[in-house]
Amino acid sequence: MRVALLVTCVNDAMFPEVGKATVRLLRRLGVDVAFPEAQTCCGQPMVNTGYLDEAVPVVRAFAAAFAGYDAVVTPSGSCAGSARHQHGLVGRRGAENGSDPGLADDVAALPPTYELTEFLVDVLGVSDLGEHGAYFPHTVTYHPTCHSLRMLGVGDRPRGLLESVRGLRLRELPAAEQCCGFGGTFAVKNAEVSVAMGSDKARHVRATGAEVLVAGDSSCLMHIGGVLSRQRSGVRAVHLAEILASTEADAESA
Amino acid sequence: MSRTFVGMPPFPTAAREALADTQLRHNLAHATGVIRAKRAALVEEQGEVWEPLRLAGAAVKQRALDDLATHLLTLEEQLTSAGATVHWARDAAEASQVVLDVARAHDVDEVVKVKSMVTAEIGLNEHLEAHGVAAWETDLAELIVQLAGDLPSHILVPAIHRNRAEVREIFLREMASAGRPAPADLTDEPAVLAAAAREHLREKFLRAKVGVSGANFAIAETGSLVVVESEGNGRMCLTLPEVLVSVVGIEKVVPTWAELDPLMRLLPRSSTGERMNPYTSVWSGVREGDGPQEVHVVLLDNGRTRALADQVGRQALRCIRCSACLNVCPVYERTGGHAYGSVYPGPIGAILNPLLHGQGDPQTDSLPYASSLCGACFEACPVRIDIPEVLVHLRTQVVDAHRSDRVPKAEAAAMRATAWAFSDASRLGLVERAAGLSGRVLGRLTRSTLPGGRAALGRLPGPGAAWTTARDLPAPPPESFRAWWARTDGGREDGS
Repeated sequence: MRVALLVTCVNDAMFPEVGKATVRLLRRLGVDVAFPEAQTCCGQPMVNTGYLDEAVPVVRAFAAAFAGYDAVVTPSGSCAGSARHQHGLVGRRGAENGSDPGLADDVAALPPTYELTEFLVDVLGVSDLGEHGAYFPHTVTYHPTCHSLRMLGVGDRPRGLLESVRGLRLRELPAAEQCCGFGGTFAVKNAEVSVAMGSDKARHVRATGAEVLVAGDSSCLMHIGGVLSRQRSGVRAVHLAEILASTEADAESA
Repeated sequence: MSRTFVGMPPFPTAAREALADTQLRHNLAHATGVIRAKRAALVEEQGEVWEPLRLAGAAVKQRALDDLATHLLTLEEQLTSAGATVHWARDAAEASQVVLDVARAHDVDEVVKVKSMVTAEIGLNEHLEAHGVAAWETDLAELIVQLAGDLPSHILVPAIHRNRAEVREIFLREMASAGRPAPADLTDEPAVLAAAAREHLREKFLRAKVGVSGANFAIAETGSLVVVESEGNGRMCLTLPEVLVSVVGIEKVVPTWAELDPLMRLLPRSSTGERMNPYTSVWSGVREGDGPQEVHVVLLDNGRTRALADQVGRQALRCIRCSACLNVCPVYERTGGHAYGSVYPGPIGAILNPLLHGQGDPQTDSLPYASSLCGACFEACPVRIDIPEVLVHLRTQVVDAHRSDRVPKAEAAAMRATAWAFSDASRLGLVERAAGLSGRVLGRLTRSTLPGGRAALGRLPGPGAAWTTARDLPAPPPESFRAWWARTDGGREDGS
């Protein structure tokens, strides 16, 4: 199976360690993941702000990068949701505005895009990462991001995988399923409401007593983590992939 | 004179004011939390029946909309043969005028009203008031809003932003000028407040010659209107007056009684969090010697055919005004309803108002953006309106309406620049290298550190301030993922 990594623009530019962790984890599980260097972004920032014309060439770049693989895996619920549920819309716009009449067909022919935990559980059949050396001796709490929860329906997969990591203590997050307030450009177009939501999420995170906040989307983590940092809360935001990829060797070198 | 939403600022501005209202924040967090929990328990109780029920409810409403003209003509025919007078109203002004004309024909200076969203939508009270006819709201929460000269902030619970101490103060201060005063020893016990409202309203019910209502459903096959309520005050208005005028949006039509079944199971559970609502009133035209002897029905468009013509947006007309989407919305929970500038607030308001009114007004254009697209509304909607999908669709309409602007907005310029970089990986690589360099400089200047040790940018000037006023932002890393991959052959060469 030829598997391609969609690292996502946010991880590529801001959180490269998340991409590296995803690669390490997949290699440890026997998947020699490729990184198609022509990839840029899934187009969601444009689509969700209403800029469909602008999304057409971005999704074209996506289609060019990932054509021919058997599966795409990404450490992001939101970008997986975008690829799965929004690329058809962008393809239709390409035909409507005449800028890319073939895009809809090319997008439809792309391999399926899996969020990381979907890929681990559903495609690789992995449920216990402890058996594969996963080790993270810290107290963490898990925030299920909206798109992974409601758009993809990842359900218990992330929790199950986290619980299988040796040394990890998982604390229940109150009001876990409520949005953190990131929301893409919402975070700046409606910054006050976004921060009001983020400060409640941060309050719930602090109430757990966890040292680490974990989630499957770097963008949401950047937002909640930004609030936690400004509050000098002493809680760090870490992507799920980094925890699942962590081993005893990492703990010793850290 | 009651207040209206006319002239409200765009959502981000109105929201800022609401967020600073501590009483509102406290009341809303409590009230939405209580209703959310009640609804969740009932949905849980339904188990595997709930999703098929939602599908059935959505299908009923969608079928009705897909052949709306046929069902409306059947409804008109049945209503007319049952003795009702049917009026067709293109807009708010026409509908309000019909009601005023009926009031004038009977020479009355007051009407009693059943709680109704559509009469609030058309500004009926204001129109009647301007022409010397008092319109008394008889729903408890609507009464509170009306007495206070306030605006509704929720579809089901228009006074959700008020707590009982405030309600007591409003009753003591305002009831006397509208009729029977509140007793001087009024406390803020809910039962005591309800009793005061009952006394106040009773004389209005007994006196009024004309009642005004909306309808939750209009059953075409028998020409029957249905009103669903909790208090029984609606039934007073529907049965005591001699004359009844009902304003009904054309999307309320349900072809048959059989098709009402899933909707009646979905609505109370989604709305008040009850298995069944206390009062369901049904009337079909005029019945001699029983109830109003003159019955008018105003079938209202007011933008609904515009919404119906929108292939993605038309699903919003399935809405049964339950307000489940408001109660689960994290944005609504923090801003309340007034910030949306409409009688239809929350997620459904954010799509319904633009669909009814179109683009061009800055306040309406701000509504599709009043959402983090978290999807909680779609999950809760009993008729499966994919609100996030419609929000994104309407954002596209807002952007497209500005494509021919001579001076593009800063946002449009930024989006074009971002799309340019994202259209070609080599361009993105250059941008990332520049960001990495700037990150090194900025990170050093601000001397801020994120928990865990990474350098942060601290507070940025200009557009970056929208993020960094309340949130730290990591400094861009010196090396992007793609640069690392290229340098190390995907980590195979240098370990790290």
